[in-house]
Formats: sequence, C-alpha cells, structure tokens
Amino acid sequence: MNIVSIKNMTKAYGSLTAVDAIDCQIQQGECFGFLGPNGAGKTTVMRIISCFMPPTSGEVTVFALNVTEKPSAIKARVGVMPQEDNLDPDLTVFENLIVYARYFDIGKQDATHRAGELLSFVGLKEKADAKIEQLSGGMKRRLILARSLVNNPELLVLDEPTTGLDPHSRRSVWEKLNHLKAQNTTLILTTHYMEEAEVLCDRVAIMDMGKIVTIESPQKLMGIHGGNLEEVYLKLTGKVLKEQL
Amino acid sequence: MNLKRAFRVWQRHLTVYTKLYKSSIALNFVEPALYLAALGLGLGAFVKEINGVPYIQFIAPGIIASSSMFAAIYECTYSTYVRMTFQKTFDAILATPINLNDLVAGELMWGATKSLLYGTIIIMVISLFGLVQSPLIILVIPLLFITGLIFAEISVMFTAIIPGIDSFNYFYTLFMTPMFLFSGIFFPLDNLPPVVSKIAFFTPLYHLVNICRGLSFGNLQCCIWDIVWITVVVILLAPYPFRLMQRRIIK
Repeated sequence: MNIVSIKNMTKAYGSLTAVDAIDCQIQQGECFGFLGPNGAGKTTVMRIISCFMPPTSGEVTVFALNVTEKPSAIKARVGVMPQEDNLDPDLTVFENLIVYARYFDIGKQDATHRAGELLSFVGLKEKADAKIEQLSGGMKRRLILARSLVNNPELLVLDEPTTGLDPHSRRSVWEKLNHLKAQNTTLILTTHYMEEAEVLCDRVAIMDMGKIVTIESPQKLMGIHGGNLEEVYLKLTGKVLKEQL
Repeated sequence: MNLKRAFRVWQRHLTVYTKLYKSSIALNFVEPALYLAALGLGLGAFVKEINGVPYIQFIAPGIIASSSMFAAIYECTYSTYVRMTFQKTFDAILATPINLNDLVAGELMWGATKSLLYGTIIIMVISLFGLVQSPLIILVIPLLFITGLIFAEISVMFTAIIPGIDSFNYFYTLFMTPMFLFSGIFFPLDNLPPVVSKIAFFTPLYHLVNICRGLSFGNLQCCIWDIVWITVVVILLAPYPFRLMQRRIIK
C-alpha cells in the first residue's frame, strides 16, 4: 500500500526550482530516505509531504488524501521531526509534550499518559520538569522525536534527524527509529550522512539539484556501483555528498 | 479557518501566559498609574478642568483605551514576530492539524484577549480611585475585545510584511505613538487644526477613547457612531492579516 504518492511534482520559488518533476511512491512500513547535500530539495519535499506548503505542480497524496485538499486530516496521522529545534522555551519538557498533544485534540489525561510513555521511550523521564534551555543538543533532539510521536503517527517524517549530534546520541536515535520501524510505522527521512541511510533505510532516493537521480535500496546501490553510499553518490552525480567545510 | 483549531492556538498562548503573568500584570499597573499621577495630578494642578470635568477624571477613561491598545499591539507585533521567526513556534504548530489560517486567527484572538484583560484591569483600578462616574463603564469590556481585534489585525498585518524586528520602530514611532498622543486622551482635539481631527477619525484609538469617556460619564448616545465605526472596521480589516501571513509563510 502506498502511504505517500508523489507524481510529477515540482516546487518553484519564482525563478528558483527547488524540486524538479519528481516521482516517488513510498510503501507502508518502509523506511525511505532522501539522500543529498544541502540545497538538493530534500527539506522541500518533506515540507510538502507534511502539508506545510503546496507543490507548484504535480500530485502529492498521503494516505490517499491530496495534500492541498485535506491537510488537517493528513497531519493528524503524521508525526514531524523538523531539522531545527522549535520547542517552546517558555514551557518545561513535559509541558511541551502536553501542549503539542492538545493540537491533536488529545485530552489531558491521555496526553499526560502518552507524555510519560514517550519520555521513557527517549530516556528523558528524569528531565520532565526541566527547562528547554537546560537540555543538551542530544536531549533536545530526543525530545523533538518524542514530540513527533505524541499522536501515534502512522507516518513519521524526519528532516535530518541526527545532524549535529555526537555519535552516541546518533546511535541512540537510530535505535529508537528502528524500534518504531519494527512496529510498522512508515518512516521518511532526509540525511546527508550515508551511514545513517545505510543503517536505517530500506530504499533511498538520491537527490541532486531538485531531481531524483535514482531510487534503490542502499545495499543494491552499493552492490551495483561499489563502495559505500558516499562513493555511489559521487558516481551518480559527480558531486561529493559530504559538506565541504 | 476552523474556530476550534484556532482555539487550540489561543490555549497555548494562555498556557504560556499563565506561567509568566504575575510580573506582566503587576507592571501593567505601573505605567498607567504613572500617567495618572504625573499628568492627572501634576498637570491637573495647572489645567484644573476640561469640559467641566477635573483633569484627572478627563484622562482616566482614556488610559483604559491606551492600555488596551498597547497590550494588543505589543502582543501582535513583538511577541508574534518572536514566535514566528526566532522560536519557530509557527513551524511547530503547522506540523499538526492546525493550518495557517487557524494559527493567525488564534494570534488575533489572543491579542484581543490581552487587550480586553489589560483594559479591564485599568477599569477596575480607576474605579477603585473613584475616577469613574457611571456603572455603564461595564459596557466597555466587550467593546475592548472588538478594538483589541482591530489593533491585533493591524499589528499582524505589519508583522507579516517586515524584513526584520527593527522595523517595528517605524510602527511604534510613526503610527502607535502619534495615535496615542492625538486620540483625545490628554486633551480634546477641537483646538488643534481641523486636519488633526480628520486624521484621528480614521484611527481606532480615537473612537475607543470616545467610547470609554462617554460610558465613564454614563453617556451612551454620544458614542453610538464610535461603536458603529469599530464594528465596521474590525470586519473590513479581517481578511488582510490572513492574506499577508499566507504570503509570508507559505510560499
């Protein structure tokens, strides 16, 4: 079953084409990655899937609902882990989850229960009453992951979930994501870390300058082109995947 | 726009506010009290009376209007901008079933709520000091929500178009402060050149001051047209905050 269907989708900002006529079908229960450097159009695709903005042309459906027609119905079943931290600095860790749950019409009792479960899941139970500014970068990302699960989403959209994290925190997040995958949650993520794509993704879409170059499983890609995904990317696009400092 | 989803946004603002309100409400007393003391008593010792009314009683109802205005404007300029741009609260909310129109409606209703709250506090304070002549002042309270909405609409419109937070200086200096000074709070506009009154007619604060002063003295008839004005304007302005925010946030 296709959870997400993208047909001939383009997103243009004036003269700048961020996403250029892409096609993509994402199956239920898979972990699908969009791999590419900054500016490839990955975040734009995520934002369109999570109904943040409409495509310029083409058709995008999630749960067989059109993103421009039924955004609220779609968003009710989607969890979003954005690239940037947008937690409420005026609220505690626990309060951030409760307030977020309210947007989904989740009642106070259910929200409290859910928040407790999620904080345990991400290992932040003892930080429930902490202020956001007291959290480390890794803790904030884990809280954002917890928040994205408040509504028990069928689809989880993660934009660079572990960028900026130390290796230990990164593996911790991967562990949680694999756990969710085991529960048949569909995961869509963007990353420019090839190790992340290799570890998590069933299939990846290699993106470059708004286009999808190929969609294949990481293992197949490495089998065909040799080496790791970094080298696959270089072969397919002539570009280096990792950011130049 | 869905009112229930807009309410969720309003609820979030209330939740944050109730954590921080104590200092906010206390400070909200201080500035109006200073105006009343400095101008009402200080200047009032020289001015004595305006239109047969002691100066401090002349300006007190106007302070309801100005406090109410400042509350809505600061909330829907500075606070809205910070939420939108620095905290990225809007991004977080838009990932949920809340859509942009719901969010904007929530911001407007919250600005209007603060406007009503702070104006009402001033009503209570000046009544306690015996500066209100008539119980009809109570009727001001629901009207404060309408004018609060107008100030919120104007503020959100401006917030939607500015390139940076410093631009609010233009808003405060060229719009808010002249309106504050020339709305009839501290002196009637009759003795100034007629162009001043003509311009003031097109500003919401002028009409709110008339309403507050009229009802404070038990005179409802004098401010009927002011009430009509604010009702018409709040509806006329309504589409624009939504349109401008759509343009800014959803590309």
